[in-house]
Amino acid sequence: MIVLFGYGAMFITFLLALYGAGAAAYGGLKNRAAWVESGRLAMLLTFPMLSLVAGILIYLLVTNRYEVAFVYNVTSNAMPAYLKVTALWGGQAGSLVFWSWLMAAFASAVTLRRWERDREFLPWVVFVSMVTIAFFVGMNLFVENPFERFWFSAGRGEMQAMFPPAGASLIQPNDGRGLNPLLRHPGMIIHPPMLYLGFVSFVIPFAFAVAALVTGRSDDRWIRLTRRWTLVAWLFLSLGLVLGGRWAYDVLGWGGYWGWDPVEIAAFMPWLTGTAFLHSVMIQEKRGMFKRWNMVLIILTYSLVIFGTFLTRSGVLSSVHAFAQSAVGPLFFGFIGIEFVATLALLLWRWNDLGSEGQMNSLLSRESLFLVNNLLFMGILAVCFWGVIYPLVSELLTGQKVTVGPPFYERATGPQFAGLLLLMGIAPLSAWGHSTYKTLGRALWKPALASLVGLGAALAYGVRDWAALLGFWLVAFVGSVTLYDYARSVWARHKARGENLAVALWRLVERNRRRYGGYLIHLGVILMALGVIGIELFQTETQGTLRPGESLQLSGYSVTFRELAEFDTADGRNVARAVVDVTRNGQALGQLYPRRDYYYASQQPMTIPGVRSSMEDDLYVLLVDWQPISANGATFKVYHNPLVNWLWFGGLVFILGTMVAAWPDRDPEPARARSAVGKAAASQA
Amino acid sequence: MDIAGKDSMATKNTLGAARAARTDGNSRIKFFIGGLLIVSAVVYLIFTSTQNASQYFLTVDELAAKGSTLAGREIRISGAVLGDTIQYDADTLTLRFVIAHTPGDNKEIEAQGGLAAVLHKAATDPNARRLQVEYKGVKPDLLRNEAQAIMTGKLGDDGVFYANELLLKCPTKYEEALPEQAEAGQ
Repeated sequence: MIVLFGYGAMFITFLLALYGAGAAAYGGLKNRAAWVESGRLAMLLTFPMLSLVAGILIYLLVTNRYEVAFVYNVTSNAMPAYLKVTALWGGQAGSLVFWSWLMAAFASAVTLRRWERDREFLPWVVFVSMVTIAFFVGMNLFVENPFERFWFSAGRGEMQAMFPPAGASLIQPNDGRGLNPLLRHPGMIIHPPMLYLGFVSFVIPFAFAVAALVTGRSDDRWIRLTRRWTLVAWLFLSLGLVLGGRWAYDVLGWGGYWGWDPVEIAAFMPWLTGTAFLHSVMIQEKRGMFKRWNMVLIILTYSLVIFGTFLTRSGVLSSVHAFAQSAVGPLFFGFIGIEFVATLALLLWRWNDLGSEGQMNSLLSRESLFLVNNLLFMGILAVCFWGVIYPLVSELLTGQKVTVGPPFYERATGPQFAGLLLLMGIAPLSAWGHSTYKTLGRALWKPALASLVGLGAALAYGVRDWAALLGFWLVAFVGSVTLYDYARSVWARHKARGENLAVALWRLVERNRRRYGGYLIHLGVILMALGVIGIELFQTETQGTLRPGESLQLSGYSVTFRELAEFDTADGRNVARAVVDVTRNGQALGQLYPRRDYYYASQQPMTIPGVRSSMEDDLYVLLVDWQPISANGATFKVYHNPLVNWLWFGGLVFILGTMVAAWPDRDPEPARARSAVGKAAASQA
Repeated sequence: MDIAGKDSMATKNTLGAARAARTDGNSRIKFFIGGLLIVSAVVYLIFTSTQNASQYFLTVDELAAKGSTLAGREIRISGAVLGDTIQYDADTLTLRFVIAHTPGDNKEIEAQGGLAAVLHKAATDPNARRLQVEYKGVKPDLLRNEAQAIMTGKLGDDGVFYANELLLKCPTKYEEALPEQAEAGQ
């Protein structure tokens, strides 16, 4: 009964979304405020409706209704309740429901903003959001129905269907398959929701961009209105990527965090265009330039968001993220295609209205450095996109599937990432409008000199690899520029107003959150870079079979095997747990417990490393194999990952910086009022 | 339009606007060349990296057909793991197993009832072409009967595929149509 109710609610949501899109578009075109208002209310309703759908699905998951195919596939009796809830995004049908639900939450929130100003945007914002919701709910209704049940009839055997086939009776399994144990990690439980939040919140700036195009407003209003949305979208997407890396590091057992897997890249691509967008909108706000480009970027970002959802869900590409193949692929492609062509057509229609108000004057000005930043982000995007589609392209052209692996991405993006770091050091100190080598040199020489200390430290430490030296220097350079910029401004405030340094820093950041939040993000990025350099260039490993009392040596560490125990747990696992002593240069550092869990229900083993973490390095010990009688010994693989924790620490700084930049202003209007005055002056002239 | 634009700039930045007038044509060329340099550098990177790092993605049948022409080349290959053949020597971390041919084309897989069905058929079909694989490293958690193995490595003269990277996919872990109880009840 409740299953049918859930399906019905989904169907009504679908109709509601279609109606809302239609009503808003009609109202917008014919200038009928009542129709637009009706569309707005429909959009507001999608959230409670989808909450109902998602709520019912979660209820079915938690109450073990295994006659529902989706529930059967992602949960089992042995799973704790919180994992049953998170199983909502453990399978394809459920994640699509989850996607639409989050989307509806954001869309409803948008309807509740004060719409007295900029009301001409409303119908088109509603239209775009509702079409997106309708597409995803439609997918659930017609292709990936989470409410389908198992039926059995004497004539046709067992089948899976929404409604009872003639003469069939319900099959009621006693237990489900359960969520893949690899996915039962805290990082994996929050990683998909974060990515999805990032994905769906990029729909809002896109909707406003389309609204600006349709209504023909050529100013930067849509950007200012959605700046915070964009930052929030970006925040969640970044969080999702970092958490995904952490999950891989903890669970996948190869001591890595990023494998240039097509599915990872799928989530990375909208992040790239989104980051480029965040930078280039500043030029439009300051100088009235890059209007068309910003449109292109947000259209690309939205398309890549849908493409990313599709890639993770279609099985087109082979990857460790093993998702099922399904019929959603062609539909996704169709949707992206139509959306892409339609919005580009819209952009071409408004092409002449979106001309530049300013001009690039100087190669070293802030705006031209932003342009280079954008080019590099697009370059990295091109590498990623090419890598992902290369197997498909080569198969089309030559009939032979040819793929590219991580070396391709590393080689092709490495210099571009280095270029971005360099820009991160130069751009903050260059001036808007006009900058020469002389003015830039004057601003840069002090931090540049300071950065040589970093280089010297690396040399003194014995680093001779040129790529590592370049990397360390870049990190030191960006770090000193950023800190120098902070220090200079704080000092100026301290001098001018007599505030003490802490107050001066607080006020400074508070007055210009976007700028100083941004610089904090830069600091986070270089700290992450430190971790990446450490693990990519200095990771070492060893392996061996040890009898109790024997040891493995690696980078000054000694790992000594003590004992191994095997036991069953109440939640259906068999655990083999080794105890090893760790010493470094003769000094005892305590014990680690690498283990292997075997999940009986899913017949799936899971390797859990024993890790000793410090800011200097990680010692990462894996239990690979063991003899049934522990006296015979066990096999270990040991990784030494220098500096890797700076990656996670930098990630935290990065997130903190984004929060500073996105934090709501007490009064958001003054900035707009100023720009309105500027515009008025311009139009008078 | 253009004039209004310059004026609005002037209200914000008089200095910049004044210089703009002077350096107009000159800077356009500079920007064009600068942009071109970056774009061609990116294209160069993509092009050479593709050449250096591309690998044939083959099925077991295709590999057999190509044979020795691929000696020494990095190849990517996929197939169904035969559970009985998995041997692991923990002392040397040497993993040996046999894979059976599965079609590489998505449409063909779809036509035969999805990845799980294709893998099952390959693993149980005695006529499917097989390939011995050797891999050095940690035995992956997902390695089991009827998993899809996707490997990168080289074909040795002895006909054994020496993998240096091993990915595994278990479609049955995620989604499969019917519960075993139902199959048993048939």
